[in-house]
Amino acid sequence: MGYIEHLLIIICIYIILAVSLNLIMGFTGLLNLGHAAFFGIGAYTSALLTLAGVPFGIAFIASFVVAGMFGFLIGLPCLRLRGDYLAIATLGFGEIIRAVLKNWISLTRGPLGIPGIPKASFFITFDTSVKFLVFAAVIAVVTIGIVSRLVHSPFGRVLKSIREDEIAAQALGKNVMKYKMIALVIGAAFAGIAGSMYAHYITFIDPSSFTLVETILIVSMVVLGGLGSLLGSVIGVIILVLLPEPLRFVQLPSAIVAAIRQMLYAIILIVLMIVRPQGMVGEKRYKARVEE
Amino acid sequence: MGVTAQLIANGIIAGSIYALVALGYTMVYGVLKFINFAHGEVYMLGAYIAWVVSIGLGLNIIVGTIVAILGCAVIGFLMEKIAYKPLRYSSRLIPLITAIALSLFFQSLALLLFGAEVRTLRQSSVESGMQILGASVTPTQIMILGVSIVLMVGLHVFLKYTKMGKAMRAVADNMQVASVIGINIDRTISAVFIIGSMLAAVGGVLVGYEQNLNPTMGVSMSIKGFTAAVVGGIGNIYGAVIGGFAIGLIENIGIWFIPSGYKDAIAFFILVLMLVLRPQGFFGGKTEEATRG
Repeated sequence: MGYIEHLLIIICIYIILAVSLNLIMGFTGLLNLGHAAFFGIGAYTSALLTLAGVPFGIAFIASFVVAGMFGFLIGLPCLRLRGDYLAIATLGFGEIIRAVLKNWISLTRGPLGIPGIPKASFFITFDTSVKFLVFAAVIAVVTIGIVSRLVHSPFGRVLKSIREDEIAAQALGKNVMKYKMIALVIGAAFAGIAGSMYAHYITFIDPSSFTLVETILIVSMVVLGGLGSLLGSVIGVIILVLLPEPLRFVQLPSAIVAAIRQMLYAIILIVLMIVRPQGMVGEKRYKARVEE
Repeated sequence: MGVTAQLIANGIIAGSIYALVALGYTMVYGVLKFINFAHGEVYMLGAYIAWVVSIGLGLNIIVGTIVAILGCAVIGFLMEKIAYKPLRYSSRLIPLITAIALSLFFQSLALLLFGAEVRTLRQSSVESGMQILGASVTPTQIMILGVSIVLMVGLHVFLKYTKMGKAMRAVADNMQVASVIGINIDRTISAVFIIGSMLAAVGGVLVGYEQNLNPTMGVSMSIKGFTAAVVGGIGNIYGAVIGGFAIGLIENIGIWFIPSGYKDAIAFFILVLMLVLRPQGFFGGKTEEATRG
């Protein structure tokens, strides 16, 4: 029954990614198209540290911290930009980070990737998929819990007010830049631990796992579920992870299956934007808002 | 000095393609105020349509080019009508998400139809270059530059002197007022997409002929074309042309200093730098407020 557990682990990892992106994109209104880069930074940080002999627990925390730091560095210039410009700038940073992962051969082995990453171990080794699933589920639940506490606190209400009307939030004396930065850093940090979990579960990483396509997949999950809805993100992840799975049982070359899967995500997003931009369980906010 | 001359020549030739693609970005942005990220994929599809017609069906490359231009015009038209038009009055991020999704859609479509192999539109063997001011330039490269310049001048004349061109400038300036004085907004927007897509198709064919084509060629071109548009001040046609040549030159001279694996990252770097330091571009008007939060 390894297959079911594998799917559940993948769902847990994507839940962390989707919930962390939802904090940035759904609650704060910052369209971040570089989320896969934070995922990749977490994965590489954790993989390289454990291969250098650092225990998994410390590498796991390091992936959280390093991805958060990159969130801060990217946020410094990018958060001054508005909406679509922010999106393109984060996309640019995501691609720069991927170019570095691909070309800094002495550190990352470039396109060859890093094989033989040790399995996660934290007092006990999560060597079977059941053990790893328990670990992944715990981390996913903790992530949802923390983000949920954040967005339902006064802090979260400020984030939503920035999303709704940044100038009004500023007029109320809120340091908009600071709040945006905190949301971005926390979101990036959680994407980092998702990366660490991915690296130590698959035990192999290469730059092709952290591309724009991956970001679009995570964006699709968040948008499908509904921007600003944590339950929605979980539902969006489950649907989009399971939806292409039947393709696995069709006798087709894997390149074709990958292309069909990408196309499926693209069509879902395009149709969703026209029919129901607020997603499945999202609030009716993103619809028909005319901007000056 | 041969190397410097060569890098400058390569930069100008690459830049002319970037400028063609940048024009499509800047025209759509000028009218609809959103980034049509799928524009680079239209360029890619243009190259593939020409490939199917001229290599697949064995017809003349000129026929292939014409079919590619017409095909991309249809793709651009349908893209706007089906995916973007319903979103015209939604929050600005919605069409951007659609644009990214469309880009992924076209890319995977090309992957399904044509496979991931690298192909080329060229049938003859490698051309010998000729020496111009110390740089080696092939006849194809001269053709690229010539065609691009002719198209840019043509676009200038079109925008300046034809009725539709004037309507486009009016809609870009103020859509509501333009509609009040009787300009058909829907038709003008369609025309913007069609013309931008046709220019991108020509760019795709030229690159497919000089170098090669693959399904991911649109993504890096998207970034370069968009960066060129931002450098020139997005919405500004002439800025986009200058931006295109600037990106081509910076990129080609840049690989003299940094490893060539980072060539694509140069455009991103310029893009982020521009967005942060001078988001209205070098020739942009008063769009500063529109770009900063």
